[in-house]
Amino acid sequence: MDALMLLVPLSLLLAFLGLLFFLWTLRTRQYDDLEGTASRILFDDTPRKEPRP
Amino acid sequence: MSLIGRVTPEAAPASAAACLHCGAVLPPGAGRFCCTGCEGAHALVAGLGLDGFYRRRAAADGALRPAVEPAAVDFAGHARPGREGEHSLELMIAGLACGACVWLVEQALAAEPAMLRARASLATRRLTLAWRGPAARANDFAALLARLGFRVAPWSPACLSATEDAEGRTLVRVLGIAGFGAMNVMLVSVAVWVGADMGEATRGLMHWLAALISLPVVLVAGMPFYRSALAGLRGGRVNMDLAVSIGVLATTAMSLSETIRNGPFTFFDGAVSLLALLLAGRVLDRAARRRARQAVAELLALQEGSVSLFGEDGGVSAVPVESVRAGQRILVAAGERLRLDLLLEAGEALLDTAATTGESLPRRFAAGAPLPAGAVNMGAGFTARVAAAAADGSLAAMARLLERAEGARGRYVDLADRVVRYFVPTVLAVALATFLGWWLWGGLHWQAALVPAVAALIVTCPCGFAIAIPAVQAVSVGALFRRGVLVASATALERLASADHVVLDKTGTLTEGRPALLPGDWTEAELRAAAGLAQASRHPLSRALAAACPEAPAAEGVEELPGRGLRAGGRRLGSAAFLGIPGEDAGMTLWYAAPGQAPVAFRFADRLRADATAIVAELQALGLSAELLSGDAPNAVAAVAGQTGITAWTARATPEAKAARIEALRAEGRRPLMVGDGINDAAALALAHVAACPGDATDLAQTAADLVLQGEGLAALPAAIRSARRAQRLARQNITFSLAYNLVAVPLAVANIVTPLLAALVMASSSLVVTLNSLRAESGKESPRWTR
Repeated sequence: MDALMLLVPLSLLLAFLGLLFFLWTLRTRQYDDLEGTASRILFDDTPRKEPRP
Repeated sequence: MSLIGRVTPEAAPASAAACLHCGAVLPPGAGRFCCTGCEGAHALVAGLGLDGFYRRRAAADGALRPAVEPAAVDFAGHARPGREGEHSLELMIAGLACGACVWLVEQALAAEPAMLRARASLATRRLTLAWRGPAARANDFAALLARLGFRVAPWSPACLSATEDAEGRTLVRVLGIAGFGAMNVMLVSVAVWVGADMGEATRGLMHWLAALISLPVVLVAGMPFYRSALAGLRGGRVNMDLAVSIGVLATTAMSLSETIRNGPFTFFDGAVSLLALLLAGRVLDRAARRRARQAVAELLALQEGSVSLFGEDGGVSAVPVESVRAGQRILVAAGERLRLDLLLEAGEALLDTAATTGESLPRRFAAGAPLPAGAVNMGAGFTARVAAAAADGSLAAMARLLERAEGARGRYVDLADRVVRYFVPTVLAVALATFLGWWLWGGLHWQAALVPAVAALIVTCPCGFAIAIPAVQAVSVGALFRRGVLVASATALERLASADHVVLDKTGTLTEGRPALLPGDWTEAELRAAAGLAQASRHPLSRALAAACPEAPAAEGVEELPGRGLRAGGRRLGSAAFLGIPGEDAGMTLWYAAPGQAPVAFRFADRLRADATAIVAELQALGLSAELLSGDAPNAVAAVAGQTGITAWTARATPEAKAARIEALRAEGRRPLMVGDGINDAAALALAHVAACPGDATDLAQTAADLVLQGEGLAALPAAIRSARRAQRLARQNITFSLAYNLVAVPLAVANIVTPLLAALVMASSSLVVTLNSLRAESGKESPRWTR
């Protein structure tokens, strides 16, 4: 019973943090371009700035 | 070292005869590129040091071929000024097919010294740019993208509304909340299910915990259902969402009463998982249709453009169509589509009015004549006075008519709602009878009597039932999308499945809608030479000639004499009068003459699409009677009808006549499928039971249609009908199955022997069976006919 008193609120708290994290990812529009982000991670070179003739 | 590791990614493409830039199959005899545009694009990519693109590229073959001439849109007017001389611009970018394309676009733009930010979104096809410098640089960036083979258009409000989708985002948010609730309620519910030796106090604590989690979740996550149910009730309709709302709310209320009374069971887990499952189905359904809507918005954005307006000082500037007022003078270039109703000031104009009247031959207009918006200038450029601003013109009037017709179609009652109309009252009656039976005659306390009554509600409740149709829809719409059929309306598939008559437009639907070179008595060398000359002109016939021989090298020093023809040295290409040949031009003809050679004629006609006959036959085999309804002359319509095997045809049909014909068919009780592409078809499309149009149709036709057939022609239409019918069959099976399930579950619930565990099992298994059945909608038997 003592274990329940600790573990149940703890697990609920963790899950609630997970929910807040999900809502944050949604608000920062991380699901708007799923395909693009998936391939963007493979681009290793950063954009170069070169004066062009 | 393993052999596999030594395969170099730089290896040349398997087929040697593929264009190095766009990957299209090369015509025999061509070098490494399919056209000069691709050669230029390849050199540009290499010059930027971005060759890596070709190793990563996964775009469809031929998709990146640069257009012969980019759309004449002034992007500078769309750039937004920021602080300190910065400007930003949002573009819709078509042709973006893979991560490598995103990389190429971003890197190519970032290489510009003035560029501050360039970010492309692959899912929404949205490109955001910010640079330091004048707004006019926008055109340079757009031109750079066009040279790489990407078509760009200003980001329009239509694109925005198609991608933003606030409602969809709300659904995802509440799905997250419902998912959180479902998982955590299970945490305590499972403990109660398995803990048979649990003390009453502990069980009570568990139930209170479950209530604590469920109540807010049911309140928030159920909102979309409650709102829609209320809206339905206000309109006097019983819909599926009402069934869901009653089930969820009654279950929650009963569970709360059981918790207070410390009863043996609560059903919180059932209510919350039900919400999570239904929301998941809804999110998937919406995502499938959002992609289709977005693709339609993309097609429309590419058609937008600007007009060339004469200023006070006599100079010409490109301005957006909306800003032009009646009475102003504009310049219409050769090959340009009229975006406003005009009055011809002087001289003569030759217009292709196929989109407005359906006529396949261009018509001559004299000075002072009104010119309809939507027509294409086939002759020389001319000056005209604007008869009405865009908002008061004929196109806007047509758009308003369409809106009204759309409203009528929105009242269509779909299969789910038809079933629910009987289902909800029945279930409520059973629940009420159960409650009264146990309370009055069964000898239970009223609170205890609530349990079997609500259990009956939740086991019948719509779970499998409400998921039955969204799941089939999501799978079929997604499968059709991959075949190039864009389904934008929620009930379109159901209406398509029940269509029993097809009304086809001729010009642009059964035919290609643009001139194509006919076989004639010219030689291959003459064609090459003439096509090389024609590449310099925007005239529709020149473009048709150039398209007939894309590998021809462009001629040097070509001079265009507007309204007459082209000249390069002694070689000439143009009208009969230009070459000094006596006689009137019959239909659409270009003459070509080289010094010392007899002139040859290239004749053009609006050709029947190669697969038109096969498609009409296939539609008839599907049980749809076909009819041809065209605004063109009787002989042209009769010829097409004869070739495609359609016996019923009408020629010279005005837009009103087309709409009237559709209404007459509906009054007879037929369910017509209208297929058309022109402005003159829009009213008929909106009135029809279900409507489809080709991907290159006018924007009005695309907004009026339920389905847009991307790619070439109508090839996907029979497959779409088969797919819609299959989806309909599966939806019926799913509903039948769910109802049959209830025949077993309801007696158990009424007999008060359903525990929450049993209810969860019943719900989960029925949903699973229905979902698996829905997945069969994708595995169409026939192989895809449409490819990119």
